[in-house]
Amino acid sequence: MKRLLVLGAGTAGTVVVNKLRPRLDPAEWQITIVDQDACHHYQPGYLFIPFGIYRRRDVERPRRDFIPAGVEMVLGRIEEIDPQAQRVTVAGGRHLDYDYLVIATGTHPDPSQTPGYEGAAVGDGIHQFYTLDGAVALYERLKSWEGGRLVVNIMEFPFKCPVAPLEFTFLADWWFRERSRRDKVEIVFATPMSEVFTKPVAARHLTGVLESKEIAVETDFYVERIDADAGALVAYDGRELPYDLLVTVPVNLGAEVVARAGLGDELNHVPVDKGTFLSTQHGNLFAVGDAAALPTSKAGSVAHFSVEVFAENFPRYVEGLEMLERFDGHANCFIESGFGKGLLIDFNYDTEPLPGKYPLPGIGPFSLLQETVTNHWGKMMFRWVYWNLLLRGREIPLPAEMSMYGKER
Amino acid sequence: MPTANIAGRDIALNDEGFMTEPTQWTEEIGTFLARQIGIDPLTEEHWKVIRFLRSDFDAQGETATLRRVSTVAGIGTKDLYTLFPGKPARKMAYVSGLPKPKGCV
Ligand SMILES: Cc1cc2nc3c(=O)[nH]c(=O)nc-3n(C[C@H](O)[C@H](O)[C@H](O)COP(=O)(O)OP(=O)(O)OC[C@H]3O[C@@H](n4cnc5c(N)ncnc54)[C@H](O)[C@@H]3O)c2cc1C
Repeated sequence: MKRLLVLGAGTAGTVVVNKLRPRLDPAEWQITIVDQDACHHYQPGYLFIPFGIYRRRDVERPRRDFIPAGVEMVLGRIEEIDPQAQRVTVAGGRHLDYDYLVIATGTHPDPSQTPGYEGAAVGDGIHQFYTLDGAVALYERLKSWEGGRLVVNIMEFPFKCPVAPLEFTFLADWWFRERSRRDKVEIVFATPMSEVFTKPVAARHLTGVLESKEIAVETDFYVERIDADAGALVAYDGRELPYDLLVTVPVNLGAEVVARAGLGDELNHVPVDKGTFLSTQHGNLFAVGDAAALPTSKAGSVAHFSVEVFAENFPRYVEGLEMLERFDGHANCFIESGFGKGLLIDFNYDTEPLPGKYPLPGIGPFSLLQETVTNHWGKMMFRWVYWNLLLRGREIPLPAEMSMYGKER
Repeated sequence: MPTANIAGRDIALNDEGFMTEPTQWTEEIGTFLARQIGIDPLTEEHWKVIRFLRSDFDAQGETATLRRVSTVAGIGTKDLYTLFPGKPARKMAYVSGLPKPKGCV
Protein backbone atom coordinates (compact mmCIF):
# COMPACT_ATOMS: atom_id res chain seq x y z
CA MET A 1 0.00 0.00 0.00
CA LYS A 2 1.29 3.44 -0.91
CA ARG A 3 0.40 6.30 1.37
CA LEU A 4 -0.58 9.81 0.30
CA LEU A 5 -0.83 12.25 3.18
CA VAL A 6 -2.48 15.66 2.77
CA LEU A 7 -1.90 18.31 5.44
CA GLY A 8 -4.77 20.79 5.80
CA ALA A 9 -8.39 20.24 4.78
CA GLY A 10 -9.12 23.78 3.61
CA THR A 11 -9.92 24.71 0.02
CA ALA A 12 -6.85 23.17 -1.61
CA GLY A 13 -6.50 20.02 0.53
CA THR A 14 -10.18 19.17 0.21
CA VAL A 15 -10.12 19.51 -3.58
CA VAL A 16 -6.92 17.43 -3.73
CA VAL A 17 -8.51 14.42 -2.03
CA ASN A 18 -11.73 14.76 -4.02
CA LYS A 19 -9.83 14.86 -7.30
CA LEU A 20 -7.29 12.17 -6.45
CA ARG A 21 -9.44 9.53 -4.77
CA PRO A 22 -11.13 8.53 -8.07
CA ARG A 23 -7.77 8.65 -9.88
CA LEU A 24 -5.78 6.45 -7.48
CA ASP A 25 -6.62 2.73 -7.20
CA PRO A 26 -7.99 2.07 -3.67
CA ALA A 27 -6.25 -1.32 -3.71
CA GLU A 28 -2.90 0.44 -4.03
CA TRP A 29 -3.33 3.83 -2.41
CA GLN A 30 -4.30 4.89 1.06
CA ILE A 31 -5.20 8.59 1.33
CA THR A 32 -5.24 10.48 4.63
CA ILE A 33 -6.04 14.15 5.28
CA VAL A 34 -5.37 16.04 8.53
CA ASP A 35 -6.81 19.26 9.89
CA GLN A 36 -6.74 20.87 13.30
CA ASP A 37 -10.47 21.46 13.59
CA ALA A 38 -13.75 20.05 12.39
CA CYS A 39 -15.22 23.14 10.77
CA HIS A 40 -14.64 24.24 7.17
CA HIS A 41 -14.92 28.00 6.67
CA TYR A 42 -15.92 29.72 3.45
CA GLN A 43 -13.34 32.46 3.99
CA PRO A 44 -14.47 34.75 1.12
CA GLY A 45 -17.68 35.13 3.14
CA TYR A 46 -15.80 36.84 6.01
CA LEU A 47 -15.87 40.02 3.94
CA PHE A 48 -19.66 40.30 4.22
CA ILE A 49 -19.97 39.61 7.94
CA PRO A 50 -18.97 43.07 9.27
CA PHE A 51 -21.84 44.53 7.22
CA GLY A 52 -24.41 42.00 8.40
CA ILE A 53 -24.83 40.53 4.90
CA TYR A 54 -23.65 37.09 6.03
CA ARG A 55 -23.75 35.59 9.49
CA ARG A 56 -21.55 33.01 11.09
CA ARG A 57 -23.76 30.12 10.02
CA ASP A 58 -23.50 31.15 6.35
CA VAL A 59 -19.78 30.47 6.23
CA GLU A 60 -19.37 27.30 8.34
CA ARG A 61 -19.88 23.64 7.41
CA PRO A 62 -18.53 20.39 8.88
CA ARG A 63 -15.29 19.45 7.11
CA ARG A 64 -16.29 15.81 6.95
CA ASP A 65 -19.18 16.61 4.60
CA PHE A 66 -16.62 17.36 1.92
CA ILE A 67 -14.23 14.46 2.45
CA PRO A 68 -15.07 11.59 0.07
CA ALA A 69 -15.50 7.95 1.05
CA GLY A 70 -12.21 6.10 1.01
CA VAL A 71 -10.22 8.96 2.52
CA GLU A 72 -9.30 8.88 6.18
CA MET A 73 -9.77 12.17 8.01
CA VAL A 74 -7.60 12.82 11.06
CA LEU A 75 -8.43 15.69 13.40
CA GLY A 76 -5.55 17.20 15.33
CA ARG A 77 -2.91 19.87 15.19
CA ILE A 78 0.07 18.93 13.02
CA GLU A 79 3.08 19.33 15.28
CA GLU A 80 5.98 17.97 13.30
CA ILE A 81 6.89 17.19 9.73
CA ASP A 82 10.01 15.08 9.24
CA PRO A 83 10.78 14.90 5.52
CA GLN A 84 13.77 12.58 6.08
CA ALA A 85 11.81 10.00 8.07
CA GLN A 86 8.72 10.69 5.88
CA ARG A 87 6.65 11.05 8.97
CA VAL A 88 4.19 13.61 10.38
CA THR A 89 3.28 13.86 14.05
CA VAL A 90 -0.13 15.06 15.16
CA ALA A 91 -1.00 16.47 18.63
CA GLY A 92 -1.42 13.62 21.06
CA GLY A 93 1.55 11.84 19.54
CA ARG A 94 -0.02 9.99 16.64
CA HIS A 95 2.45 9.34 13.80
CA LEU A 96 1.42 9.35 10.16
CA ASP A 97 3.97 7.84 7.76
CA TYR A 98 3.80 8.75 4.10
CA ASP A 99 5.26 8.01 0.70
CA TYR A 100 4.01 11.30 -0.76
CA LEU A 101 3.16 14.46 1.15
CA VAL A 102 0.97 17.37 0.03
CA ILE A 103 1.22 20.48 2.19
CA ALA A 104 -2.00 22.51 2.05
CA THR A 105 -1.86 24.28 5.41
CA GLY A 106 -2.64 27.69 3.90
CA THR A 107 -1.58 31.04 5.31
CA HIS A 108 -3.06 32.89 8.28
CA PRO A 109 -3.06 36.36 9.87
CA ASP A 110 -0.48 36.73 12.65
CA PRO A 111 -0.92 39.90 14.76
CA SER A 112 2.20 39.08 16.81
CA GLN A 113 4.35 40.16 13.84
CA THR A 114 3.43 43.82 14.42
CA PRO A 115 4.67 45.45 17.64
CA GLY A 116 1.89 47.08 19.60
CA TYR A 117 -0.84 44.99 18.00
CA GLU A 118 -1.01 41.92 20.21
CA GLY A 119 -0.96 43.72 23.53
CA ALA A 120 -3.67 46.17 22.49
CA ALA A 121 -6.97 45.98 24.34
CA VAL A 122 -10.21 45.08 22.60
CA GLY A 123 -11.52 48.60 23.10
CA ASP A 124 -8.55 50.13 21.30
CA GLY A 125 -10.30 50.27 17.96
CA ILE A 126 -8.08 47.69 16.25
CA HIS A 127 -10.02 45.21 14.15
CA GLN A 128 -9.58 42.73 11.32
CA PHE A 129 -11.89 40.51 9.26
CA TYR A 130 -9.38 37.80 8.30
CA THR A 131 -10.76 35.39 10.90
CA LEU A 132 -14.38 34.55 11.56
CA ASP A 133 -14.22 35.80 15.16
CA GLY A 134 -12.55 39.00 13.97
CA ALA A 135 -15.23 39.59 11.34
CA VAL A 136 -18.01 39.06 13.89
CA ALA A 137 -16.37 41.44 16.40
CA LEU A 138 -16.08 44.06 13.66
CA TYR A 139 -19.79 43.64 12.88
CA GLU A 140 -20.57 44.43 16.52
CA ARG A 141 -18.24 47.46 16.45
CA LEU A 142 -19.59 48.94 13.22
CA LYS A 143 -23.17 48.74 14.47
CA SER A 144 -22.53 51.29 17.20
CA TRP A 145 -19.57 53.25 15.82
CA GLU A 146 -20.23 56.97 15.91
CA GLY A 147 -17.89 57.83 13.07
CA GLY A 148 -14.45 59.40 12.74
CA ARG A 149 -11.47 58.24 10.76
CA LEU A 150 -11.56 54.68 9.44
CA VAL A 151 -8.17 53.42 8.32
CA VAL A 152 -7.96 50.21 6.29
CA ASN A 153 -4.37 49.02 6.03
CA ILE A 154 -2.22 46.18 4.75
CA MET A 155 0.76 45.20 6.89
CA GLU A 156 2.76 43.06 4.49
CA PHE A 157 2.75 41.41 1.06
CA PRO A 158 1.82 38.79 0.06
CA PHE A 159 -1.42 38.06 1.90
CA LYS A 160 -4.41 35.98 0.89
CA CYS A 161 -7.06 37.50 -1.31
CA PRO A 162 -5.19 40.68 -2.28
CA VAL A 163 -8.42 42.44 -3.27
CA ALA A 164 -10.24 41.84 0.04
CA PRO A 165 -9.04 45.05 1.79
CA LEU A 166 -10.13 47.12 -1.22
CA GLU A 167 -13.50 45.38 -1.20
CA PHE A 168 -13.88 46.06 2.50
CA THR A 169 -13.16 49.74 1.85
CA PHE A 170 -15.71 49.93 -0.98
CA LEU A 171 -18.34 48.19 1.12
CA ALA A 172 -17.66 50.45 4.10
CA ASP A 173 -18.25 53.49 1.88
CA TRP A 174 -21.52 52.00 0.65
CA TRP A 175 -22.63 50.93 4.14
CA PHE A 176 -22.12 54.40 5.67
CA ARG A 177 -23.84 56.10 2.72
CA GLU A 178 -26.83 53.77 3.04
CA ARG A 179 -27.11 54.84 6.66
CA SER A 180 -26.61 58.54 5.85
CA ARG A 181 -23.48 58.55 8.01
CA ARG A 182 -20.83 58.90 5.31
CA ASP A 183 -20.32 62.60 6.15
CA LYS A 184 -19.24 61.56 9.65
CA VAL A 185 -16.66 59.10 8.35
CA GLU A 186 -13.32 59.73 6.70
CA ILE A 187 -11.97 56.64 4.95
CA VAL A 188 -8.25 56.11 4.33
CA PHE A 189 -6.72 53.14 2.51
CA ALA A 190 -3.04 52.58 3.40
CA THR A 191 -0.72 50.14 1.64
CA PRO A 192 3.02 49.40 1.67
CA MET A 193 2.98 49.32 -2.14
CA SER A 194 3.42 52.36 -4.39
CA GLU A 195 0.01 51.70 -5.99
CA VAL A 196 -3.34 50.39 -4.76
CA PHE A 197 -2.83 47.15 -6.67
CA THR A 198 0.29 45.36 -7.84
CA LYS A 199 -0.52 45.38 -11.57
CA PRO A 200 -0.58 48.72 -13.43
CA VAL A 201 -3.76 48.48 -15.56
CA ALA A 202 -5.89 47.20 -12.68
CA ALA A 203 -4.25 49.72 -10.32
CA ARG A 204 -5.40 52.56 -12.62
CA HIS A 205 -8.98 51.29 -12.73
CA LEU A 206 -9.13 50.71 -8.99
CA THR A 207 -7.60 54.11 -8.20
CA GLY A 208 -10.46 55.58 -10.24
CA VAL A 209 -13.02 53.67 -8.22
CA LEU A 210 -11.43 54.81 -4.94
CA GLU A 211 -11.48 58.43 -6.08
CA SER A 212 -15.11 58.25 -7.14
CA LYS A 213 -15.96 57.04 -3.64
CA GLU A 214 -13.91 59.78 -1.95
CA ILE A 215 -11.54 57.35 -0.29
CA ALA A 216 -8.11 58.78 0.52
CA VAL A 217 -5.07 56.64 -0.31
CA GLU A 218 -1.74 56.48 1.54
CA THR A 219 0.91 54.57 -0.46
CA ASP A 220 4.40 53.30 0.49
CA PHE A 221 3.10 53.05 4.03
CA TYR A 222 5.05 50.16 5.56
CA VAL A 223 3.97 49.81 9.17
CA GLU A 224 6.62 49.47 11.85
CA ARG A 225 4.25 49.38 14.82
CA ILE A 226 0.84 50.30 16.13
CA ASP A 227 0.75 52.98 18.81
CA ALA A 228 -2.49 51.85 20.39
CA ASP A 229 -2.41 54.48 23.14
CA ALA A 230 -2.20 57.32 20.65
CA GLY A 231 -4.43 55.49 18.16
CA ALA A 232 -2.00 55.68 15.24
CA LEU A 233 -0.12 53.50 12.79
CA VAL A 234 3.56 54.34 12.68
CA ALA A 235 5.46 53.69 9.45
CA TYR A 236 9.17 52.92 9.11
CA ASP A 237 9.73 56.21 7.32
CA GLY A 238 8.37 58.08 10.35
CA ARG A 239 4.92 58.93 9.02
CA GLU A 240 2.03 58.51 11.45
CA LEU A 241 -1.53 57.73 10.49
CA PRO A 242 -4.07 58.36 13.26
CA TYR A 243 -7.24 56.29 13.29
CA ASP A 244 -10.43 56.10 15.29
CA LEU A 245 -11.17 52.68 13.87
CA LEU A 246 -8.44 50.56 12.34
CA VAL A 247 -9.28 47.62 10.10
CA THR A 248 -6.01 45.92 9.35
CA VAL A 249 -4.82 42.98 7.30
CA PRO A 250 -2.23 41.49 9.67
CA VAL A 251 0.99 39.94 8.35
CA ASN A 252 0.06 36.58 6.78
CA LEU A 253 2.28 33.63 7.66
CA GLY A 254 2.27 30.02 6.55
CA ALA A 255 1.99 27.32 9.21
CA GLU A 256 4.66 27.44 11.92
CA VAL A 257 5.14 23.66 11.57
CA VAL A 258 6.33 24.22 7.98
CA ALA A 259 8.99 26.62 9.23
CA ARG A 260 10.14 24.23 11.96
CA ALA A 261 10.63 21.50 9.36
CA GLY A 262 12.92 23.83 7.40
CA LEU A 263 10.46 23.84 4.50
CA GLY A 264 9.45 27.50 4.49
CA ASP A 265 10.68 30.84 3.16
CA GLU A 266 10.75 34.06 5.20
CA LEU A 267 6.95 33.96 5.53
CA ASN A 268 6.78 30.17 6.08
CA HIS A 269 5.51 29.56 2.56
CA VAL A 270 6.95 26.53 0.75
CA PRO A 271 9.18 27.14 -2.29
CA VAL A 272 7.92 24.96 -5.16
CA ASP A 273 8.16 24.72 -8.93
CA LYS A 274 5.54 27.24 -10.10
CA GLY A 275 4.25 24.95 -12.85
CA THR A 276 3.94 21.65 -10.94
CA PHE A 277 4.07 22.53 -7.19
CA LEU A 278 6.83 20.00 -6.59
CA SER A 279 9.00 21.07 -3.66
CA THR A 280 12.39 22.47 -4.60
CA GLN A 281 13.87 20.33 -1.80
CA HIS A 282 12.13 16.95 -1.75
CA GLY A 283 11.00 14.74 -4.65
CA ASN A 284 8.01 13.32 -2.76
CA LEU A 285 6.64 16.57 -1.42
CA PHE A 286 4.24 19.06 -3.00
CA ALA A 287 2.68 22.26 -1.67
CA VAL A 288 -0.59 23.62 -3.06
CA GLY A 289 -2.89 26.57 -2.35
CA ASP A 290 -1.85 29.43 -0.09
CA ALA A 291 0.85 27.31 1.58
CA ALA A 292 2.95 27.42 -1.60
CA ALA A 293 5.25 30.34 -2.44
CA LEU A 294 3.95 31.14 -5.93
CA PRO A 295 4.20 34.43 -7.82
CA THR A 296 0.41 34.71 -8.20
CA SER A 297 -2.48 35.61 -5.86
CA LYS A 298 -3.14 33.59 -2.77
CA ALA A 299 -6.81 32.93 -3.51
CA GLY A 300 -9.42 30.21 -3.54
CA SER A 301 -9.61 30.43 -7.33
CA VAL A 302 -5.88 29.79 -7.59
CA ALA A 303 -6.14 26.89 -5.14
CA HIS A 304 -8.87 25.43 -7.35
CA PHE A 305 -7.14 25.93 -10.72
CA SER A 306 -3.79 24.77 -9.43
CA VAL A 307 -5.18 21.59 -7.90
CA GLU A 308 -6.78 20.69 -11.25
CA VAL A 309 -3.31 20.77 -12.75
CA PHE A 310 -1.80 18.91 -9.81
CA ALA A 311 -4.45 16.16 -9.96
CA GLU A 312 -3.71 15.57 -13.65
CA ASN A 313 0.01 15.35 -12.98
CA PHE A 314 0.22 13.37 -9.77
CA PRO A 315 -0.90 9.93 -11.05
CA ARG A 316 1.69 10.22 -13.83
CA TYR A 317 4.42 11.43 -11.51
CA VAL A 318 4.09 8.45 -9.17
CA GLU A 319 4.40 6.14 -12.20
CA GLY A 320 7.71 7.79 -12.99
CA LEU A 321 6.22 9.62 -16.00
CA GLU A 322 6.75 13.25 -16.89
CA MET A 323 4.23 15.78 -15.53
CA LEU A 324 2.57 17.08 -18.70
CA GLU A 325 0.48 19.92 -17.34
CA ARG A 326 1.99 23.17 -16.16
CA PHE A 327 0.09 25.73 -14.10
CA ASP A 328 0.03 29.19 -15.70
CA GLY A 329 -0.75 31.13 -12.49
CA HIS A 330 -4.40 31.64 -13.44
CA ALA A 331 -6.37 33.71 -10.90
CA ASN A 332 -9.92 34.94 -11.19
CA CYS A 333 -11.35 37.30 -8.57
CA PHE A 334 -14.61 39.16 -8.21
CA ILE A 335 -14.16 42.51 -6.49
CA GLU A 336 -17.25 43.58 -4.61
CA SER A 337 -17.58 47.36 -4.91
CA GLY A 338 -20.78 48.22 -3.04
CA PHE A 339 -24.26 49.35 -4.21
CA GLY A 340 -24.92 45.85 -5.55
CA LYS A 341 -22.06 45.99 -8.04
CA GLY A 342 -18.72 44.36 -8.52
CA LEU A 343 -15.68 44.12 -10.79
CA LEU A 344 -13.92 41.04 -12.10
CA ILE A 345 -10.23 40.46 -12.75
CA ASP A 346 -8.72 37.49 -14.60
CA PHE A 347 -4.96 37.06 -14.97
CA ASN A 348 -1.96 34.74 -14.73
CA TYR A 349 1.83 34.74 -14.22
CA ASP A 350 2.43 36.58 -17.51
CA THR A 351 -0.74 38.54 -18.28
CA GLU A 352 -1.87 41.26 -15.91
CA PRO A 353 -5.61 41.88 -15.34
CA LEU A 354 -7.00 43.58 -18.49
CA PRO A 355 -10.35 45.14 -19.36
CA GLY A 356 -12.80 43.43 -21.72
CA LYS A 357 -15.28 40.56 -21.35
CA TYR A 358 -15.04 37.24 -19.58
CA PRO A 359 -17.21 34.69 -21.38
CA LEU A 360 -19.15 32.15 -19.32
CA PRO A 361 -21.72 29.99 -21.08
CA GLY A 362 -25.24 30.43 -19.74
CA ILE A 363 -24.50 33.15 -17.18
CA GLY A 364 -21.91 35.55 -18.52
CA PRO A 365 -20.34 37.35 -20.10
CA PHE A 366 -18.91 39.19 -17.12
CA SER A 367 -17.27 42.57 -17.64
CA LEU A 368 -13.61 42.76 -16.68
CA LEU A 369 -12.41 45.70 -14.57
CA GLN A 370 -15.81 47.37 -14.75
CA GLU A 371 -18.43 47.80 -12.06
CA THR A 372 -21.52 45.79 -13.02
CA VAL A 373 -24.49 44.15 -11.33
CA THR A 374 -23.70 40.82 -13.03
CA ASN A 375 -20.29 40.73 -11.38
CA HIS A 376 -21.91 41.25 -7.99
CA TRP A 377 -24.19 38.27 -8.64
CA GLY A 378 -21.19 36.25 -9.75
CA LYS A 379 -19.58 36.96 -6.39
CA MET A 380 -22.71 36.08 -4.41
CA MET A 381 -23.25 32.88 -6.44
CA PHE A 382 -19.72 31.82 -5.73
CA ARG A 383 -20.62 30.64 -2.23
CA TRP A 384 -23.06 28.08 -3.66
CA VAL A 385 -20.49 27.05 -6.25
CA TYR A 386 -17.88 26.70 -3.49
CA TRP A 387 -19.91 24.38 -1.23
CA ASN A 388 -21.57 22.35 -3.95
CA LEU A 389 -19.13 22.09 -6.83
CA LEU A 390 -15.67 23.43 -6.13
CA LEU A 391 -14.86 21.72 -2.83
CA ARG A 392 -16.25 18.42 -4.04
CA GLY A 393 -14.01 18.51 -7.07
CA ARG A 394 -16.93 18.65 -9.53
CA GLU A 395 -16.72 20.24 -12.97
CA ILE A 396 -17.01 24.03 -12.95
CA PRO A 397 -17.25 25.79 -16.31
CA LEU A 398 -14.05 27.70 -15.56
CA PRO A 399 -10.98 26.36 -17.35
CA ALA A 400 -7.80 26.08 -15.28
CA GLU A 401 -5.77 27.78 -18.00
CA MET A 402 -6.32 31.51 -18.57
CA SER A 403 -7.74 32.55 -21.96
CA MET A 404 -7.11 35.82 -23.82
CA TYR A 405 -10.58 35.57 -25.39
CA GLY A 406 -12.51 38.83 -24.84
CA LYS A 407 -9.60 40.66 -23.22
CA GLU A 408 -8.52 44.05 -24.54
CA ARG A 409 -4.94 45.24 -24.50
CA MET B 1 15.45 49.39 -24.60
CA PRO B 2 17.49 52.41 -23.46
CA THR B 3 21.13 52.00 -22.55
CA ALA B 4 23.50 54.22 -20.67
CA ASN B 5 27.23 54.40 -20.68
CA ILE B 6 28.31 53.73 -17.13
CA ALA B 7 31.92 53.25 -16.13
CA GLY B 8 32.83 52.86 -19.78
CA ARG B 9 30.27 50.15 -20.55
CA ASP B 10 26.89 50.15 -22.30
CA ILE B 11 24.37 49.12 -19.66
CA ALA B 12 20.78 48.10 -20.46
CA LEU B 13 18.15 49.97 -18.43
CA ASN B 14 14.36 50.00 -18.33
CA ASP B 15 12.14 53.10 -18.43
CA GLU B 16 12.55 53.62 -14.71
CA GLY B 17 16.33 53.36 -14.92
CA PHE B 18 16.62 49.90 -13.37
CA MET B 19 19.24 47.63 -14.93
CA THR B 20 17.71 44.84 -16.97
CA GLU B 21 20.81 42.62 -17.24
CA PRO B 22 21.91 41.79 -13.70
CA THR B 23 25.07 40.12 -15.04
CA GLN B 24 26.34 43.47 -16.36
CA TRP B 25 26.56 44.79 -12.82
CA THR B 26 29.90 45.49 -11.14
CA GLU B 27 30.70 47.13 -7.81
CA GLU B 28 31.85 50.19 -9.72
CA ILE B 29 28.44 50.44 -11.41
CA GLY B 30 26.80 49.97 -8.01
CA THR B 31 28.75 52.93 -6.66
CA PHE B 32 27.72 55.01 -9.67
CA LEU B 33 24.03 54.08 -9.35
CA ALA B 34 24.07 54.87 -5.62
CA ARG B 35 25.43 58.33 -6.37
CA GLN B 36 22.56 58.84 -8.86
CA ILE B 37 20.07 58.55 -5.98
CA GLY B 38 22.11 60.55 -3.51
CA ILE B 39 23.75 57.72 -1.57
CA ASP B 40 27.42 58.63 -1.32
CA PRO B 41 29.57 57.05 -0.13
CA LEU B 42 28.42 53.43 0.10
CA THR B 43 29.46 52.21 3.54
CA GLU B 44 30.28 48.68 4.62
CA GLU B 45 26.66 48.41 5.89
CA HIS B 46 25.36 49.28 2.43
CA TRP B 47 27.65 46.69 0.85
CA LYS B 48 26.43 44.00 3.23
CA VAL B 49 22.90 44.58 1.95
CA ILE B 50 23.97 44.76 -1.69
CA ARG B 51 26.03 41.56 -1.47
CA PHE B 52 23.15 39.73 0.16
CA LEU B 53 20.73 40.95 -2.52
CA ARG B 54 23.10 39.87 -5.29
CA SER B 55 23.75 36.38 -3.92
CA ASP B 56 20.11 35.84 -2.98
CA PHE B 57 19.06 36.83 -6.50
CA ASP B 58 21.51 34.30 -7.95
CA ALA B 59 20.01 31.58 -5.80
CA GLN B 60 16.31 32.54 -5.99
CA GLY B 61 15.95 34.34 -9.31
CA GLU B 62 14.04 37.10 -7.55
CA THR B 63 14.92 40.27 -5.71
CA ALA B 64 14.60 39.89 -1.95
CA THR B 65 11.86 41.87 -0.19
CA LEU B 66 12.53 43.96 2.93
CA ARG B 67 11.16 41.14 5.05
CA ARG B 68 13.43 38.63 3.39
CA VAL B 69 16.49 40.82 3.99
CA SER B 70 15.54 41.21 7.64
CA THR B 71 14.70 37.53 8.29
CA VAL B 72 17.34 35.84 6.16
CA ALA B 73 20.24 38.33 6.29
CA GLY B 74 19.37 39.65 9.74
CA ILE B 75 19.51 43.33 8.73
CA GLY B 76 16.58 45.08 10.40
CA THR B 77 14.00 46.97 8.37
CA LYS B 78 14.61 50.13 10.42
CA ASP B 79 18.29 49.98 9.40
CA LEU B 80 17.33 49.51 5.76
CA TYR B 81 15.27 52.69 5.94
CA THR B 82 18.30 54.50 7.37
CA LEU B 83 20.68 53.15 4.74
CA PHE B 84 18.34 53.60 1.77
CA PRO B 85 15.95 56.36 2.94
CA GLY B 86 12.41 56.74 1.60
CA LYS B 87 11.79 53.67 -0.52
CA PRO B 88 14.46 51.18 0.55
CA ALA B 89 13.14 48.16 -1.38
CA ARG B 90 13.36 50.03 -4.69
CA LYS B 91 16.62 51.77 -3.88
CA MET B 92 18.42 48.61 -2.78
CA ALA B 93 17.37 46.83 -5.94
CA TYR B 94 18.34 49.81 -8.09
CA VAL B 95 21.85 50.06 -6.67
CA SER B 96 22.34 46.28 -6.85
CA GLY B 97 21.41 46.19 -10.54
CA LEU B 98 18.36 43.99 -9.93
CA PRO B 99 14.67 44.29 -10.88
CA LYS B 100 12.51 45.93 -8.21
CA PRO B 101 11.02 43.29 -5.96
CA LYS B 102 7.57 42.29 -7.10
CA GLY B 103 5.22 42.74 -4.19
CA CYS B 104 3.62 39.49 -5.30
CA VAL B 105 0.04 39.90 -6.44
C1 LIG C 1 -11.44 37.76 4.14
C2 LIG C 1 -11.08 36.84 3.02
C3 LIG C 1 -11.68 36.98 1.79
C4 LIG C 1 -11.36 36.14 0.75
N1 LIG C 1 -12.00 36.31 -0.46
C5 LIG C 1 -11.70 35.49 -1.49
C6 LIG C 1 -12.36 35.63 -2.74
O1 LIG C 1 -13.24 36.47 -2.91
N2 LIG C 1 -12.00 34.82 -3.76
C7 LIG C 1 -11.03 33.87 -3.60
O2 LIG C 1 -10.74 33.16 -4.55
N3 LIG C 1 -10.39 33.71 -2.43
C8 LIG C 1 -10.70 34.49 -1.36
N4 LIG C 1 -10.06 34.32 -0.16
C9 LIG C 1 -8.90 33.41 -0.08
C10 LIG C 1 -9.27 31.95 0.08
O3 LIG C 1 -10.12 31.76 1.16
C11 LIG C 1 -7.96 31.18 0.29
O4 LIG C 1 -7.03 31.54 -0.70
C12 LIG C 1 -8.18 29.68 0.21
O5 LIG C 1 -8.99 29.27 1.27
C13 LIG C 1 -6.85 28.94 0.22
O6 LIG C 1 -7.02 27.58 0.41
P1 LIG C 1 -5.93 26.72 1.17
O7 LIG C 1 -6.45 25.34 1.19
O8 LIG C 1 -4.59 26.97 0.58
O9 LIG C 1 -5.89 27.30 2.65
P2 LIG C 1 -7.06 27.22 3.73
O10 LIG C 1 -8.38 27.09 3.08
O11 LIG C 1 -6.85 28.37 4.64
O12 LIG C 1 -6.79 25.85 4.50
C14 LIG C 1 -5.66 25.59 5.30
C15 LIG C 1 -6.06 24.54 6.31
O13 LIG C 1 -4.90 24.06 6.99
C16 LIG C 1 -5.24 23.86 8.35
N5 LIG C 1 -4.01 23.96 9.15
C17 LIG C 1 -3.07 24.93 9.12
N6 LIG C 1 -2.08 24.66 9.99
C18 LIG C 1 -2.40 23.48 10.59
C19 LIG C 1 -1.78 22.66 11.59
N7 LIG C 1 -0.62 23.00 12.17
N8 LIG C 1 -2.39 21.52 11.94
C20 LIG C 1 -3.56 21.14 11.38
N9 LIG C 1 -4.19 21.86 10.43
C21 LIG C 1 -3.62 23.02 10.04
C22 LIG C 1 -6.23 24.97 8.66
O14 LIG C 1 -7.06 24.62 9.77
C23 LIG C 1 -7.00 25.08 7.36
O15 LIG C 1 -8.18 24.31 7.37
C24 LIG C 1 -10.39 35.13 0.93
C25 LIG C 1 -9.79 34.97 2.18
C26 LIG C 1 -10.12 35.80 3.23
C27 LIG C 1 -9.47 35.61 4.57
